[in-house]
Amino acid sequence: MYDGLFVIRFSVKGNGSSGKHCPARYLILAFVNLKKKEVQVKVVYYGPGRGGKTTNLEYIYKRFNKRIKTEMVTIKTHGDRTLFFDFLPFDIGKIKGYDVKIQLYTVPGQVKYDSTRRLVLRGVDAIVFVADSMKVRREKNILALKNLQKNLLSYKKSIFKIPLVLQYNKRDLADQGIPVLPFEILEKDLNSQLKAPSFEASAMSGENVVQTMKQIISMTMRSLQRDLK
Amino acid sequence: MEYSLGQEELDVIEEVLQEDLLDLGVNCVFLIDMAGNVIANLDNGQMEHDIYSLAALAAGNFGAVSEMAKIIGEDEFSLLFHKGEKESIHFSKVMADFLLVTIFGKETSLGFLRLKVAEAVGKIRKILEP
Ligand SMILES: Nc1nc2c(ncn2[C@@H]2O[C@H](COP(=O)(O)OP(=O)(O)OP(=O)(O)O)[C@@H](O)[C@H]2O)c(=O)[nH]1
Ligand SMILES: [Mg+2]
Repeated sequence: MYDGLFVIRFSVKGNGSSGKHCPARYLILAFVNLKKKEVQVKVVYYGPGRGGKTTNLEYIYKRFNKRIKTEMVTIKTHGDRTLFFDFLPFDIGKIKGYDVKIQLYTVPGQVKYDSTRRLVLRGVDAIVFVADSMKVRREKNILALKNLQKNLLSYKKSIFKIPLVLQYNKRDLADQGIPVLPFEILEKDLNSQLKAPSFEASAMSGENVVQTMKQIISMTMRSLQRDLK
Repeated sequence: MEYSLGQEELDVIEEVLQEDLLDLGVNCVFLIDMAGNVIANLDNGQMEHDIYSLAALAAGNFGAVSEMAKIIGEDEFSLLFHKGEKESIHFSKVMADFLLVTIFGKETSLGFLRLKVAEAVGKIRKILEP
């Protein structure tokens, strides 16, 4: 980062001439406000409809309600499906003197909401992909991941470069005798090329929900810390 | 989207927002980018609005309205404004990637506000332009 920089948001453009201050390791650095000594990081929970993205945020909100001073914002239909997004700001304290504000968003997973999904993805710094472990949702997971890749590309971002964590949600269903995809199959379907950190989770019970979030935050922070000197 | 602002530039932006809008009696004004990040925010000291949630919603709302415009073949809608009982909210695009959001009360007329916002946007544009 060069001196006096106040706000900086990079996206690598084709010509690679974004200047000396642009580290090409990640496509994006978070939003840094040198004046307010504040960093805003946009983390988007992505994945197929009914996969449990909103439930992840609701769990985090409940769990940390003492630390999260504002209401969770949700725009949903009567049937509880996300219509536009959920939004949960989460302050994680100071890193190198900077107040770090993590902003968690979810997208609407339903196929028909692709244009709103793309809007939410604007300026994204990191992704949590929430897959549905139910056997019947196998194809939907794969399609949603392809859709993520395509929509990131519309912002000239690569799914291989953005900080990304996979979450295989609804593991609890196995106990109820509902057919659930084995971990290995999910890894093969979704993670054989990405090789991202992955978690088996239950957003319902909260299992590995916080771990998923911690993982994505620490990956984002690692790329950020190099540049916050 | 790629931009960077020095501290000086930010000071000037805040000055513009203060002099052109806050001093005229608007309650709260903030400049955000289309990802929902807050670049600058000022208020009259009596507001307790949650700026970060407002920014996320304003960016989403503006994005949705722009998509609607595209579908019906308009470049954009020139007036984006929601009127409330006590407070109203006005949006103005600043170049392609930024949005100026102003919250004002009954004592400020929409016509006057639009004039002042346009002036402020003109000045901010000069600062943000690469
Ligand atoms: N058994 C079980 N059910 C879950 C789990 N996570 C979410 N659900 C349920 O799955 C349904 C959908 O969850 P949501 O969180 O609304 O899913 P979403 O991904 O936000 O869906 P869209 O908003 O349509 O994209 C709800 O009925 C949840 O209660 C889980 O870990 N286990
Ligand atoms: Mg949802």
